[in-house]
Amino acid sequence: MDSLSPHGIRSGVDPSRRKFLITLMGAGVMLGYARSGLSMPDLILSQPRQPARAGELFEPTIWYGIDRNGEVTINIIRAEMGQHVGTSLARIVADELEADWAKVRIVGVDSDPKWGLMITGASWSVWQSFPVLSRAGAAGRMALIEEGAKLLGVSSSSCTARNGAVHAPGKSIGYGEIVARGDLRRSYTPDQLKNIPVKKPADRRLIGRDTMALDVPSKTNGQGRYGIDAEVEGMIYARPKIPPTRFGSKVISIDDSAAKGVPGYIRSLALDDPSGTVPGWVMVYAESFSAANKAADLVRVVWSPGETTNVSEQDIKQRAAQLIADPAGGALLVDDPGIESAFAKTKQKLESTYTTSTVMHFTLEPVNALAFERNGIFEIHTGNQWQSVALPLVARALGRTEDKVVLRTYLIGGGFGRRLDGDYCVPAALAAKAAGKPVKMVCTRADDMRFDCPRSASVQVLRMAFGGGGEVTAMEHHAAAGWPTSVIAPGFMFKDAHGVPYDPFAIQGADHWYTVGAHKVRAVRNDLAHRAFRPGYLRSVGAGWTNWAVESFMDEAAHAIGADPVQFRLRLLDGAGRNSGSAPNAVGGARRQAAVLRRVAEKAGWGKPLPNSVGLGVASTFGQERAMPTWVACAARVRVDRNTGYVTVEKLTLVIDAGTIVQPNSAAAQVEGAALWGMSMALFEGSEFVKGQPEDTNLNTYNPLRMGAVPDVDIEFVPSSEIPVGLGEPATTAVAPAIGNAIFAASGARLRHLPIRPEAVREALAAIGRESMSVRSPI
Amino acid sequence: MTTFKLNGRKVSVQGPEDEPLLWVIRDELGLKGTKFGCGIGLCGACTVHVDGRATRSCITAVRAVAGADVTTIEGLDPEGKHPLQLAWLELQVPQCGYCQSGQIMQAATLLKDFPNPSDQDINAVMAGSLCRCMTYLRIRKAIKLAADRMREGESHG
Repeated sequence: MDSLSPHGIRSGVDPSRRKFLITLMGAGVMLGYARSGLSMPDLILSQPRQPARAGELFEPTIWYGIDRNGEVTINIIRAEMGQHVGTSLARIVADELEADWAKVRIVGVDSDPKWGLMITGASWSVWQSFPVLSRAGAAGRMALIEEGAKLLGVSSSSCTARNGAVHAPGKSIGYGEIVARGDLRRSYTPDQLKNIPVKKPADRRLIGRDTMALDVPSKTNGQGRYGIDAEVEGMIYARPKIPPTRFGSKVISIDDSAAKGVPGYIRSLALDDPSGTVPGWVMVYAESFSAANKAADLVRVVWSPGETTNVSEQDIKQRAAQLIADPAGGALLVDDPGIESAFAKTKQKLESTYTTSTVMHFTLEPVNALAFERNGIFEIHTGNQWQSVALPLVARALGRTEDKVVLRTYLIGGGFGRRLDGDYCVPAALAAKAAGKPVKMVCTRADDMRFDCPRSASVQVLRMAFGGGGEVTAMEHHAAAGWPTSVIAPGFMFKDAHGVPYDPFAIQGADHWYTVGAHKVRAVRNDLAHRAFRPGYLRSVGAGWTNWAVESFMDEAAHAIGADPVQFRLRLLDGAGRNSGSAPNAVGGARRQAAVLRRVAEKAGWGKPLPNSVGLGVASTFGQERAMPTWVACAARVRVDRNTGYVTVEKLTLVIDAGTIVQPNSAAAQVEGAALWGMSMALFEGSEFVKGQPEDTNLNTYNPLRMGAVPDVDIEFVPSSEIPVGLGEPATTAVAPAIGNAIFAASGARLRHLPIRPEAVREALAAIGRESMSVRSPI
Repeated sequence: MTTFKLNGRKVSVQGPEDEPLLWVIRDELGLKGTKFGCGIGLCGACTVHVDGRATRSCITAVRAVAGADVTTIEGLDPEGKHPLQLAWLELQVPQCGYCQSGQIMQAATLLKDFPNPSDQDINAVMAGSLCRCMTYLRIRKAIKLAADRMREGESHG
């Protein structure tokens, strides 16, 4: 299961199909976190461990080993970018293994086919790893008990494992000693492993309890090592000159005469990229980053730009609207019969169009990579979220086979989906290949922004038909945007019932759990977006815009029939038919979404009087995927300044049902961050394409949320022992519509575009003013 | 050549005098805890202390610190146990962690100026320090926790 996406797509070797043996393999170890207090993480440059001899290391599966000191080393295949994911995964193993937590260490591993699918995204990590790591831990515990019992001279049925030792009445033996003295050779077929019993939730000792996340100490003392900190003997630096269009630009000439005066400048070179990832890039090499940076500003490159050199944000949105207007295009992922007749019959219907602007990742660590060849292997040193697609891409660019490329692991200074696209590894690799020596490519902030794979602008049209009693009889949702998966991982595309491919990540959210009669969801790929840029995955991806539309529309629909927006939603979240849910991931279905919505309304004081110009808005989502729903409800309380149009978010209340929570403190941190991301994108972020490039390239004009605008945030998790689902992104999805709905509640202004700027609020208020004027005085 | 003190140790660097202090610290002197975020002094990830004042090292030419005392996250406390660092640990503030050196260095000067900071003081002084993971709620709490501990320490000391 671990190597599968939720949809069963395989990539690389599937470790669950391997026969698990007690193996004595050496693993290349990159990053280790020393355990105690404030000690430093040890950066171990990849020295493969010498294969251990029998009695030195117990490695029942590839996921962890125990040495003769009883130290448990857990291999973490997920990228560490702020989720404390290594600690969560280690807690899952250690709980079942009955390990002594003080003796557990984690290592972030390099790319290797043996790990199966290496991806850190879609909020899948804990959900994907939980079953396999639990069973791996349980298998180890059972073997240790058997061998420990033999060494103690008792029957294994009289033994229990606890805290890194096997205990029998009156005596015990530590795991280290069992490793040293026992015969721990065991083998498990995949089926045996699958059938290994795991603990009942009530017997868990670590899961659900807080601990200090193992990556935190090194992030308070400057010792954490990120890709940008990677160094190797003899390396030179490079900064790119980014062409005027993402695709199709050709280098005509390079004039570096002015750069030659920069001490340390080496040369400038156009990259030849067989993979087509970075067409038209020029690399400026120097002895230091400062020199490369300064020289790059002085190097003049003339390009013949690609065809999108004049594309604007408006063009991209117009193209999306045009594509939606053509009923023939796109994929129908929900396509119930009876839509047309429901709309034909109805006396009351509602239609709204929602739009969102381009959003930039702005990871604080600009993309960078160190690349060099050593012993016939090309090494890429950088943090990455999807090694399984980055590695083949680099191999293709270098003209090598995949086994001659390795990605080394580092902390990531902000992922948010930017590093699911491994495109930035390519120019570093090509620059090193061309230079014949190690090259560290560092993008400046502006380079990073121009090279971003942003969240695509979107246009969505929603329609609803009502019956005579205000009941919902049909709903349509048409969405057009860029589709990251079609660029980055085409193998992960879905097909609709007619075989039309679509990107599930760019439409999820529209296939909601409300019972709305006949339902239709159509996803359209915006081809102009794809010509102009590489659409990227950005924290919650499509669910970030589909829920803006769905949850704003639900509010509008409630008001259209004079219903209370919370009650209106609760009626539709009846858990009927396909919304009843299914085991194991979506037990309870829509009723769990109803429960978080009810609870958030209660917590936030829904229905209670509020001061003038203050409003409460709600939104409720299932996070991202129907296959892995994280039930989210958000209530936003905002104050609208009617003169300036400025929106102050006073409080965000969130109730989340994510099933079992492995690490409560880290889970809360993910929701805090995701909720504030949602708010930041709702009010402060958003960019626009101007002349084929994102307009904003730095903080002089791009303004993510800062300390002063942070509201009160109240988060509650629903106690649950259901399957643990995702937490990194889900909260992002509900915040923008909750804010939009709160603005309506506060002021009557309905906003249908993200980001919500003060001028848009002023315009909406002025429009209400004009309407009410014309009603009052029909001249 | 420019000479200054880095974390109490006298250092001399050979490079161009207009080189940003950030890259001198990171690449010439090898202290990687100070980070590069925006390069225009607006994110705060590169914050160090120059003669005790929070300074954006990405827009500070190394010649400007000739003869000065420069402190980085590595030198804030010899054991990494400044009250802010302990509060950061206790509340598990960092997520990706990339901005946190700068946040802590900025907060350290905040507490010098405002030993009992109000929310408004925190908003004003920390406004220049971007956290992309949005750990602001915990940064605020940790600053207050550290301030409380430091004042307690003084009244008991």
